[in-house]
Formats: sequence, C-alpha cells, structure tokens
Amino acid sequence: MPSQELVNKLRAFLPPEAVLHEAEDLKPYECDGLSAYRQLPMIVVLPQSEEQIVKVLQLCYATKTPVVARGAGTGLSGGALPHAEGVLMSLAKLKQIIAIDPLARTARVQPGVRNLAISEAAAPHGLYYAPDPSSQIACSIGGNVAENSGGVHCLKYGLTVHNILKLRVLTMDGECLEIGGDSLDSAGYDLLALMTGSEGMLGIVTEITVKLIPKPEKAQLVMAAFDDVQKAGSAVANVIGAGIIPAGMEMMDKITIHAVEEFLHAGYDLAAEAILLCESDGSTEEVADEIQRIYAIMQHSGATNISTSRDEAERLKFWAGRKAAFPAAGRVSPDYYCMDGTIPRKHLAGVLRGIEELSQAYGLRCMNVFHAGDGNLHPLILYDANQPGELERTEEFGGKILEMCIHAGGTITGEHGVGMEKINQMCSQFGTGELAMFHAVKAAFDPAGLLNPGKAVPTLHRCAELGAMHVHRGEQKFADLPRF
Amino acid sequence: MPITIDQYQAIIRAAAESKTPLRIRGGGTKDFYGNPAREKNSTLLDMTGYSGIVDYEPTELVITARAGTRLADLEAALDQHGQMLAFEPPYFGAAATLGGCIAAGLSGPRRAAAGSVRDFVLGVRMLDGKGEDLQFGGQVMKNVAGYDVSRLMTGSMGTLGVLLEVSLKVLPKPAAGLTLRMAMDEAAAIEKMNQWAGKPLPVSATCYIDGELFLRLSGAEPAVRAAQVKLGGETLKDDDIFWRSVREHTHDFFQPDKPLWRLSIRSTAPPLLLPGKQLLEWNGGLRWLHTDGGEDAEAIRVAAKEAGGHATLFRHNRSGISVFHPLPSGMMKIHRALKEKFDPSGIFNPGRLYSEI
Repeated sequence: MPSQELVNKLRAFLPPEAVLHEAEDLKPYECDGLSAYRQLPMIVVLPQSEEQIVKVLQLCYATKTPVVARGAGTGLSGGALPHAEGVLMSLAKLKQIIAIDPLARTARVQPGVRNLAISEAAAPHGLYYAPDPSSQIACSIGGNVAENSGGVHCLKYGLTVHNILKLRVLTMDGECLEIGGDSLDSAGYDLLALMTGSEGMLGIVTEITVKLIPKPEKAQLVMAAFDDVQKAGSAVANVIGAGIIPAGMEMMDKITIHAVEEFLHAGYDLAAEAILLCESDGSTEEVADEIQRIYAIMQHSGATNISTSRDEAERLKFWAGRKAAFPAAGRVSPDYYCMDGTIPRKHLAGVLRGIEELSQAYGLRCMNVFHAGDGNLHPLILYDANQPGELERTEEFGGKILEMCIHAGGTITGEHGVGMEKINQMCSQFGTGELAMFHAVKAAFDPAGLLNPGKAVPTLHRCAELGAMHVHRGEQKFADLPRF
Repeated sequence: MPITIDQYQAIIRAAAESKTPLRIRGGGTKDFYGNPAREKNSTLLDMTGYSGIVDYEPTELVITARAGTRLADLEAALDQHGQMLAFEPPYFGAAATLGGCIAAGLSGPRRAAAGSVRDFVLGVRMLDGKGEDLQFGGQVMKNVAGYDVSRLMTGSMGTLGVLLEVSLKVLPKPAAGLTLRMAMDEAAAIEKMNQWAGKPLPVSATCYIDGELFLRLSGAEPAVRAAQVKLGGETLKDDDIFWRSVREHTHDFFQPDKPLWRLSIRSTAPPLLLPGKQLLEWNGGLRWLHTDGGEDAEAIRVAAKEAGGHATLFRHNRSGISVFHPLPSGMMKIHRALKEKFDPSGIFNPGRLYSEI
C-alpha cells in the first residue's frame, strides 16, 4: 500500500502526532544502539494502548506491511533496525507500572517501562527486579524480553527468562495471547521461554509480569590482582569448585586495567595482568562467611594483591572501574568494536591467548572484559575508522574471535542478541537443520513473516552464499551509557 | 533395543513413513502422567539404551548426559563433587531417566527458591519428526543465539521430538540445612510463607499439611542459624526423609488409589475451598488436592484459573477429562502449528499432552 494511504488509515484511529512519516521525523528511529546500521522506516507509529496496537497490527496484516517493534532503542545488535517498507512501532509510550504486588512479589508493567524504574518502584517493599543489563537506566523491559537480557549478576540470579512470569502478546494478526501465568508454571508448551529472546520476531509484547526478589541485606566485594591471566582463570574455577556462587564475578585484563585506572582512579593494581572482582550478597552472616572463604581462595590461587571493600562507598568505587570499561575504551581509541561471545570458562586462558595472537597479527589492540562467572566475554577491539583499512581488519579480527568462541564450545552471543549484526555468524554456529527449524518456529507464530523480517535467523540461501565469516562494524550510540 | 542415533533415526523415519505413532519412554516411572495414548497401535521407543554422562566438569557448573541416563546415576555423579540438580526432580521410581525428567518438566520442593527444571536446561540434542539430528542451546550459561528450543522441549511430554542429550546447569549443595515446623492455620501459613519469601532468608522449601507449616532452611551455616533464631519453631528430625516423601509422593497425604489434582496458582491465593484434602508447597503456589472421586473437574479448573493458574489431573486420569488444563483457542492454534513443524507426521506421543497434538 502506498505510504500516504497507510498514513491516512493509521490516522483514522491514532492521533496525528502518533503517526510519523516525514523524513526529519523518521530520522531519530533510523538505528538502535548499533548505529553502523541505518535505515529509515516508511512510517513510525507511537501507540499508547494495546487497543491501538491491535488496530495497527490488523491494518499491517491486511496490507502485508512489515512491523518492527522498538523499545528504548539501546540494543547492541541492530534488532530494532527499521524496515524500509515497514512500520516501526515504538512502544515507548506504554510506560505504566500497572501494579506491584509486594506479597506475591510481582510487578505488572507495560513494555516501555525502563528496567531500573521497576526496581525503583519495588524498593519501598524491600524488593527489586534482578536482571541488570548495563544500560538499565535507559533500556526498556520490553526490549529486555526481546533480547533475554542479562547483566553482571546472571550466574546467581538468572537472565530475563528466569525472572518473568507472564506476557500478554499480540500475534501479527492482532490476536491476544496470555503466555505464562501468575503461577510458577503453565499448561502446555513453554511459550514463555520461546518468546523470551525472540527479538520481536514472534509477537508484540504488550504487558509483562516480572518476579521481584528481596533485596539482599548486604553486598561486599573482594578485588584480587594476578600476575598471570591463567591464574586468575583458575581462581574463578576454584571459587566455583568450593561451592560458592558469587553474586557477580568480573575479570579485566591489563590493557583494560590501565585504561580505566587512568580515567577513574578506582585503585586498581597497575602491575597486574588481570584483576578479578568477586561479589557476595545475602544476609549479613552469609556474606561474612562467603567473603572470608573467597579471600582465602584468592590467596591460594596466587593473587598478588587482595582487598575487601570496607563499606558501600568502597564497593561502588571498585565497581566503578569495571563499569567504566567501555567509556574508557572510547577515551584511549577513536573507535572500538564490542564482541559478545560466551565460552566454557575452562577455555578462557586459551581464548585470551588466541585473541592476543590475533591482536598482534592484525596490529590492533584489544581490551578484554569478562563476565567470568558465566563465561561471557566482551573483547573490545580498538581501531580508528579514519585509518584506511583499519575497519576491515577489525571486522575480520572480530569474526575470528567469534569463530574461536564457537570452536571452544561456546556461542556468538551471550546477551546482546543476533539482530542484524551477527546474522552471518549464525551460519557458523548452526547447521541448516537448526536454521530451518528456527524459520519453522517463526512461521508457527507469524506465517506471513511480517514481524521484524530478516533479523536473527539467516536464510539458508544467505548462509550458502556466504564465504568467509564477516562481522560488521559496531559503532555505538548512547556513548555515555555504562556498558559492561 | 536401539542404542545408536542411526537406529533411532531409522525407527523415526519408518514410523513417519507408515504414520505409526511412537511411544517415547525412558524408565517408565511417569507412565501414569498425561493422557492415555490416543492410538492403540503405537510402537514403543525405548530410550534406556541411549545413556551415559557425556561431559561433566564441576567447576563449569554444567553436566551433559544422554537422555536414557538414570537420574540416580546423574545425581550420584554430581554428589561426588558436592553438586546437585537444584530443581530437585521427582523420580517416582528408581528407573527415572533424564529424558523423562525433562519431557515431564516436573520440579520438586526447591522449585520456588531455586527455579524449575526448564530454568536449568542449557541445551538439547534431539531428533525431530523427520529424524533430523538437531542441537539447540549449548553448554554455556548465557546464549541468545536462536530461539530457545531447548526450554520449549521441557515439559512438552515428548510430543515435539526425541531427546538425545541434555545439558543442565548444576549448583553446589548447600553447606548446611535444617527444617522448622510450626503449627498454624492455612490462611496464616500462606501469608507467612509469602512474607518470608520477600525477605533475604535462606528458605529453600515450604510445605503445609494438617495444620503444620514445614520450612526448610539451606545455605551457609551462619545464615541458617541466624534464620532459625529469627523464625522460631521446632526443628524437624530426619528432615531429608520428610522432603523426599513430599517430592516422591510417598508422604501419608498421598493416597495412590484416589484422584490427585495438581493446582499451580498464584502463591498468595487464599485457601481454596474445594472438596477433598490439600497439601501446599512452593509458598502456596502449588496445591495438591486429593478427592474421593466423582469430583467436579470443571469447578477445580475454574478455581485454579481464578487464582491465576491451572489445574492438572495428576493421577488417575479418566476419559472425558483432559489431564492438562484446556488451552484457549489462540494458544492451541500455536501449539498445533509448532507440533506440525516439529513432528509433521504426528508420530511423537500423539494425544499425551492434548488430544489435538
């Protein structure tokens, strides 16, 4: 349908300001957090209610118009990249916290609610929403469901999929499904798991019931410096082997330590090859016990320098450096490209050595920050887009890192999603049988293929055409948001 | 008995060709669960020949095993390293296998505190209805590449595919534990359980039966002691035996000759006024209901739905009553579409979950 005709039909039930189609109005929606990919949509709609969303979907379904959902637009994989002939549906206006039930420990929220806003609203009841992606001050809970977002506390508290109970979902033809329940399980197939991380390809989420958990009485941090990355990796295994599940366990390599220390003065040991931050939370008694054990394990594992946070201010100071790793990369290099592979932890030293070798071969520096507890690695390749050929070398380097992650038995994306960015690497991670099944799953929900088409799952044709691994540049918007 | 993937594939392909349903079975300990087989001429697909632990490294917190592996063997291997399946799966018999545990999707007493079986599934290797050997998820904690088919398989009662291997996240066993018991009425118990679940207390299981609340505390020794002081109550002796009896339905409450309903509902729902006897778990989120037979299934389903959940006729299924809570038409449409994609010939456990699939 010609765009003007569609605009007129949309304006029949949406206020004029909720239907955008002039190029200047469309511009802010041309990309998400991965700004290397840009595409103007045909139309942007900003519905305010589920009823309006149903009407938009019914109209788009009838006119075979693709629909791309968008939350806060902070995603790092181009999942909300618009479709040139499609409608970009912003859910940002649905930002109501509908109800908090402190006794049942749940919150019912609309998809545009910011992640952190849920915890803020739950705080008076001593509760919070556990998944804390680094962009939590800005990212929306709807986007978190779409990407199955994690954070630094995943090993102990789980990902989005572990922390939601119920979704209201509209399928492309406008039918409403209630998936999950107020109960801990529901009848039939686990569609709640299938929806979580489905990158807006299966349905539009209009309401989310999340679990809230009690705020720990106390949190404390051990910071340990090592003169060898291998020793730091062993220390992580030793903590786990001792039966401890830390609330957070993060590792930084030497180049990262220097970059952030210069920037923030967090008190990091500049002589260290690697620093581990290991956090314990829980009741006061539990934390005291665990911190003592973690300290002893770090000693046995050959740490050269160990400190325990004495108070909340010091704990936050130790964390500040880690949380500033991405901005620090932006200070020491004109451009950087963030990877998101996950590996079994036992291969850490080998993979880091491999990255170091590649770094020398390509003549590009690479900072490594690592969610050590759950094996999620974020190498930041430093480059200068203005130097001829450097971007191409970065892309190739990044592709090789993802290949290493797959070879080590890991995955190309731990928490950022496939989106547009890693669609080619899906061909390396999965065979044609699995990819065909992913397409079949999409077709079960969206037979017409109108929801976020072309993302997350490559066509078999694309994989066949693809020669070498190819990773695109990962320029970032929201440079001021913490990223870890 | 088949023992290789090739053999399983050949059986599936032949069954698809002749449209002969397959009854996928591990140790057969959950034969009672689900709707009876729809077609009488089905072929048994015995999975017990495909067993063994494929990979287990305690410090990675991941174990991968073949579907026919006995749960007891799996848990014994974990126990040697002080680890466990945190969802405390019910066995319902010594022969219970990993595949059956995943397919049935049942979790035990620790579920409300630690998560369900699907929460711990990291990846699966499976055969679909065409006999294709497929792998989803993996052996790492965080993985968002592709749709979460591994978790979709959990609780699907074998209707979508034949599980070959499963990777699970495992957790360390708590260092210390004890169980408190305290007398109170049901409404007070429901309120208390939920209040305590909202506090940073190491409660790992709850059960309310016959006017008494049982509360298991697990964790670091000092945390358990401190919670014991805070909560009060008497200490239960031999509490492992008690929790095992609740998990395995060997507790006196469970009467093998009477219909048993499982109502999974909002944990804060007030006491359900339904004829029969009840046992509560999961802070009130799980309510087992024994009736004397001849109960009004519809009334039970309405009560469960009004309490935000669903009701399953767990034991003693009988004709005319769907074992699993009926689905709204929109949901059934998706279920049928998924079934059609995974199992186009409709050979995997047809009717066991719903008559339509």
